Amino acid sequence: MQHHRQSAIARAIRGVLLTLVGLFFLFPIFWVVLMSFQTNADILRTPPSLFFTPTLDNYVALITGQLDTAVGSLKISYMRNLWNSLVLSSASVALSLLLGIPAAYAFARYRFRLGENIAFTLLSFRFAPPLLVLLPLLLYFQDLGLYDTYIGLVWVYQLITLPLILWIVRGYFEDISPDIEHAYRVDGHGWLATFLKIAVPLARPGIAAAALLAFIFAWNNFVFALILGSSDVQPVTVGALAFITASGIQYGQIAAGLVLSMLPTLVLALLAQRYLVEGLSLGAVKG
Amino acid sequence: MAGLELDNVTKIYRMRGKEPVLAVDRLDMAVGDGEIVGLLGSSGCGKTSTLRMIAGFEDATAGTIRLGERAIDRLPPARRNIAMAFEGYALYPPLRVRENIGFALLRGRHPRGEVERRVGQVAEMLEITDILDRYPPTISSGQQQRTSLARALIRDADLHLLDEPMSQLEPQLRAILRARIKDWLTGRRMTTVFVTHDQTEAVALADRIAVMEQGVLQQFGTPAELRDRPANLFVAGFIGEPPMNLYPAEIVADGGGPAIAVQSAAGAAAFRVPLPPADAAPALHERLTPGQQVHFGIRPHKVRLGTGDLSGTVLSNRWLGDQSHIGIDIGGCLLTAVTPDPVPGGADGTIAVDLPAAAINLFDAEDGRALFHGLQEAGP
Repeated sequence: MQHHRQSAIARAIRGVLLTLVGLFFLFPIFWVVLMSFQTNADILRTPPSLFFTPTLDNYVALITGQLDTAVGSLKISYMRNLWNSLVLSSASVALSLLLGIPAAYAFARYRFRLGENIAFTLLSFRFAPPLLVLLPLLLYFQDLGLYDTYIGLVWVYQLITLPLILWIVRGYFEDISPDIEHAYRVDGHGWLATFLKIAVPLARPGIAAAALLAFIFAWNNFVFALILGSSDVQPVTVGALAFITASGIQYGQIAAGLVLSMLPTLVLALLAQRYLVEGLSLGAVKG
Repeated sequence: MAGLELDNVTKIYRMRGKEPVLAVDRLDMAVGDGEIVGLLGSSGCGKTSTLRMIAGFEDATAGTIRLGERAIDRLPPARRNIAMAFEGYALYPPLRVRENIGFALLRGRHPRGEVERRVGQVAEMLEITDILDRYPPTISSGQQQRTSLARALIRDADLHLLDEPMSQLEPQLRAILRARIKDWLTGRRMTTVFVTHDQTEAVALADRIAVMEQGVLQQFGTPAELRDRPANLFVAGFIGEPPMNLYPAEIVADGGGPAIAVQSAAGAAAFRVPLPPADAAPALHERLTPGQQVHFGIRPHKVRLGTGDLSGTVLSNRWLGDQSHIGIDIGGCLLTAVTPDPVPGGADGTIAVDLPAAAINLFDAEDGRALFHGLQEAGP
């Protein structure tokens, strides 16, 4: 009995603590969602209040591209930014998967001259400050006609997405017993078929996780597009700057913009969840 | 089905920043059509490297591998027409046991009915009929191993490779399956090379056994040859349970004729075994000269107790239910004897020991090469 009561208490404490942690992390999101339905006046009221008249004005302004401020009407292209974010992030991740998965496989399965050095150089892109290369890149991009193009930005985004995918997927390939591939080859298949039919499907959970992570990193990137593109190709992270207007900061629109920009990654995470869980259950197969 | 020929096959692993490792050293071996050969040795002796070179997962550093009329060492694994059972099973996780076993046949466009029939046949032989519709992650490691074996044994390949095929099976099942697998292989005349570190398994399954150590083939022969005519000191000590009694010794010329003076581990003179007369074993007298350093060996099963000129002290006496293992101290040498009957008497006391000349093995003290088996000169 004693034991049972204790475990009940422990359960209760654990529940309370988990709720607290959850509140701590989710509260900002909750607050942003509330803000997106408030007018600037409501937001800036002191003390802040949970009670207000909800308004869709912020969303309307974003979707129509017409921002009405105290000093006049302003054109914004937030929906365009959102579209750019989608294009840039998806294209970057897709290209990185195309390049990174075969590369990860090669690094996992074969030892070759300078192999480790190449892999590490690719990883070092992740911890070198991007500003280091941005100015020279800007000059080259202007010369090459890559400035302000999707292709140029997707190219630069490889600095973010490719190393992530390469290193995460490499680990998954290393965890797959090479003998499963050997068995498939002995059964009469070439290495390409083995790679496509055995290695890639078995590493799929890792690929899904890496792709999701790379997508989020690409989505959140700010400086590359700020410097290497104009508003025609800039993503939401840069587009949100438009809300800092001459007449003040448009908190309501910023909040609404944030909510909209969270949605694609949220949807993607929910979709990828299936593969992530599959990855956990596949762990029992190894060895 | 075809014969396999390894000619001067060498494998050197070169890792950057490390000493190159010689895994297989100039291996020559010919496996006849339909023959079953076991590669036997401790871990790291090169037997698995050899198997992987035959299968094509490793490139041979030098040498050629022929299967039937074809040189296969430059072919990709898919074109060698080889079936293999892996030590780590390597089953396809998303496929049922049934699909795993029939996988290669289905791909080879065999009719579905025939594949079903053959899967049923091999599954019955290996006693996995009840798990055919399960998935590999949900069955035990012994069952996974039998599935992996079935996947190799079902195929009509030119050569079957089995890597530690029964390591995960329970002893009773292992004994039964050894016999069945042997029947399966010989009945279908399947050329087979398997790797094992278990000599009971090697003896039970193989027509011939290749003993490897440190990348070098020590001896390649039938189980009886390995037992009765070990080519060198390593094979003599490696094959047999309990292992052969081996001691350093010197040839001496006594007043009563030449003899073998056996020394204890401490180097002291322990006992002497006279050589048979010159007319009975002329070669022995010709080849051995007084003062020559040799190793003296005799199998525990060949030691005779209760008769003979030597006398020893019984240190241990264990009856194992079907044989006796007796430890005897003769002048500081520990001698193990095995007899089919219980030896009466306590653990203490002296016992007469006979080491028959026909059972004596002599090895060169320098390179360990066998010199004599019984009264006969060891072959090259």
